[in-house]
Amino acid sequence: MSTAQRFLRNPQAMASSALLALIVAAVLLAPVLASHLPGAAELGKAFAGPEPGHPLGFDSAGRDVWSRLLHGGGNSLGGALIALVVALGLGVPSGLVAGYYGKWFDSLANWASNFVMALPAMIVLLASRAILGPTVPVLMVVLGVLVAPSFFRLVRGIVANVRRELYVDAARVSGLRDRRIIARHVLIVVRAPIIIQVALVAGIAIGLQAGLEFLGIGSGDAPTWGAMLNEAFQNLQRNPLLMLWPGLALGLTSAALVLLASALRDVLEDRGAPVPNPRAARRVRVDPPTTPDTAGERASLLSVRDLAVSYGHGATAVEVVRGVDLDVAEGEVVGLVGQSGSGKSQTAFSVLGILPEGGRVTRGSVLVAGTEVVGLPEKEYRALRGGVIAYVPQEPMSNLDPAFTVGSQLVEPIRVRLGSSRKAATERALDLLRQVDITDPRRVFDSHPHEISGGMAQRVLIAGAMSCDPHLLIADEPTTALDVTVQAEVLDLLRRLQAERGLGVLLVTHNLGVVADLCDRVAVMEAGRVVETGDVEQVLKRPRHPYTRTLVEAVLDDVPARPAWVAPRIAEVPA
Amino acid sequence: MSGSALSDPASARILDVRDLRVSFPGKGWRAPRVDVLHGVSLDIRPGETVGLVGESGSGKTTIGRAVLGLVPVSGGTVEFRGERIEHATGRRRRLLSRHLQVVFQDPYASLNPSIPVGETLAEPLHAQGMTGHDARRKVSDLLDRVKLPGDAAQRLPREFSGGQRQRIAIARALAIGPELIVCDEPVSALDLTTQRTVLDLLLEIQQQTGVAYLFISHDLSVVRYLCHRVSVIHRGHIVESGEAGQVTTAPRHPYTQRLLLSAPVADPAAQRAHRIALHRRRIEETA
Repeated sequence: MSTAQRFLRNPQAMASSALLALIVAAVLLAPVLASHLPGAAELGKAFAGPEPGHPLGFDSAGRDVWSRLLHGGGNSLGGALIALVVALGLGVPSGLVAGYYGKWFDSLANWASNFVMALPAMIVLLASRAILGPTVPVLMVVLGVLVAPSFFRLVRGIVANVRRELYVDAARVSGLRDRRIIARHVLIVVRAPIIIQVALVAGIAIGLQAGLEFLGIGSGDAPTWGAMLNEAFQNLQRNPLLMLWPGLALGLTSAALVLLASALRDVLEDRGAPVPNPRAARRVRVDPPTTPDTAGERASLLSVRDLAVSYGHGATAVEVVRGVDLDVAEGEVVGLVGQSGSGKSQTAFSVLGILPEGGRVTRGSVLVAGTEVVGLPEKEYRALRGGVIAYVPQEPMSNLDPAFTVGSQLVEPIRVRLGSSRKAATERALDLLRQVDITDPRRVFDSHPHEISGGMAQRVLIAGAMSCDPHLLIADEPTTALDVTVQAEVLDLLRRLQAERGLGVLLVTHNLGVVADLCDRVAVMEAGRVVETGDVEQVLKRPRHPYTRTLVEAVLDDVPARPAWVAPRIAEVPA
Repeated sequence: MSGSALSDPASARILDVRDLRVSFPGKGWRAPRVDVLHGVSLDIRPGETVGLVGESGSGKTTIGRAVLGLVPVSGGTVEFRGERIEHATGRRRRLLSRHLQVVFQDPYASLNPSIPVGETLAEPLHAQGMTGHDARRKVSDLLDRVKLPGDAAQRLPREFSGGQRQRIAIARALAIGPELIVCDEPVSALDLTTQRTVLDLLLEIQQQTGVAYLFISHDLSVVRYLCHRVSVIHRGHIVESGEAGQVTTAPRHPYTQRLLLSAPVADPAAQRAHRIALHRRRIEETA
């Protein structure tokens, strides 16, 4: 859906922009819509009510309220426009330059922006009025300068982030001038936030300007909504209705701008397709397994039969796992390999009961230590995850909370699961860290995640997984994010723990070397199905399924080295 | 130097990096600068692929970025086609882009998500003054060359898989017929089979156009497949350089040996032997 279509389908955006368009049109057409001049006074009719040709009656000086409202709107909106143009003209270019180039201009512009933001706007405006005189446009320019930092900070922050994107580096290497990079790659990103900010700042500018006029700071002769409010306020006792019209105009305009800003945010910043109520999706209960044991004897530790996982609903539902059979016996290491998108992680997540939002098991049976976990209530599942199954994720760093020490993240689950005292849990956590070959457990225990390396973080997570003495370990690409030398150490650690504790392991990986290193058996997945299962030696050396063969042939371990370089024979063409 | 067989070795080098040093500002106010490259040297001949292998934090990516002028150089020289470019900026840098290009690791971050593929590919062409019909025809040529459908030009990057995006990035690098492409881990984010097809594409392009590659990777087997020569970098120092066959199968430096033994191979028996050899090394090292 294009941005324009999204705008047209957003009722709030349509209603608020229609109201704004109506107000602006009425103000622009003031000379046509109002048959009387705003300054023409009929003193005898002061405070008189509506009559033909004067739909809103007369004010304290006998002038037509309708005419003053329309003409005054021109001054109010025009003033806000001046402020807005000045703020945009100052804030956006300086933000672009400061964010893109940084260095001294950034420091200087930041200092200036902070300085302006520290000034109290009303007091500066009052002082400006005293020095520069009571001309509204001049005061609006001052107001523009005062709100410019809001644009500067917005643009600078976004641009500084975009500046670090690889595609900006690529554009620079492509030989593009900075000017062109800014116009093509940077402006496109700041466009939407600026539009939203414009709507918000316009509302603020109109409000502040009305405030000034209400205090009597304006020039006094030209009608504005703020000045009308001022006059009406002085005659509040005689005709309170005079307050209503300028108040209503101001209120409606500001409200329309704020609503438009929030609607624009939805329209411009909404990129992906709407998610059909993910919470409801997760709650879908699955009927107990319907398929009988088709694949013979089931392993005692983990046994998956005819598992299917889907995302989405109805016609748009996508099946990502389509009838998977898998067994892990006690003390056995089974590899689950396949390309990204083959459904191997989804299978692992289904066993753990942690499918991402929108995903659900639609069919099949998963037995963990004899317990059927498909459709198991969350509470019982939690007990199972705490006691029987453990999980080691792919990205060690993103699985540790940066706000807490490593120790507290290990101790907390131990206390909850085993109900031990803080002291006993700390002892146990330190012992676990020792078991995963961390030489200085106390230091790691007291560290925050950012103070330890990726390999160390993965050891910590493995220690955490071991804390409940599990029987089944599910490791999802446990070494993919690590360097090869660290990977070798972590593989050694996993092998030792597996042997010492007799763990059953389901190892999800795309690395056939890791499979060869750790696994007893392998299951190969392609497009949601297991296409081949077998002993690791057989699958890697004598693959039966064509897909497995493609995978094994893509391994570069045994390819011959490239022959030495020979000077190109092509004759040099003179430049 | 293995290039001694050439009649005039100096002029035969397309890239010559000597004693390159790069440092980054330290964390915190007035903190000392941190050196990431401690005097690194390497050279590339026309049509040659030189691999640069190292682990994360070794400085391998920084070398590529320094050659491209994306990080400031604090010492040493970078000579490209006989011209010193280590401090080239602005106009000179833009002129260099005709001959010196890049393919980054992350095929998701290196393409602007809101610009159609065709426009991204046309960017380097516009920068060289090619416009309109010529540029459009060139873009469809490029898509053809990296084996993507012709209608790809109108689509946004998000409609392509990782491997396809990397092909787009390669097409962008090829657009103006460069003599050297810095490939910064171009296949490490890809699946095994996709990785193989992208490597084969790079080989094919090199055979057709005679472009040289500086190929940065952490994977010795990928480097063995693609590179003529290899340098191994560890903590900002190059610890070993040589012919790809020698460095990736019979390395001399202990660090390279450890790197080779650490990478698991997809053969259970061979991997067992690897593992035992690695354990023996560790015991020797601690002894």
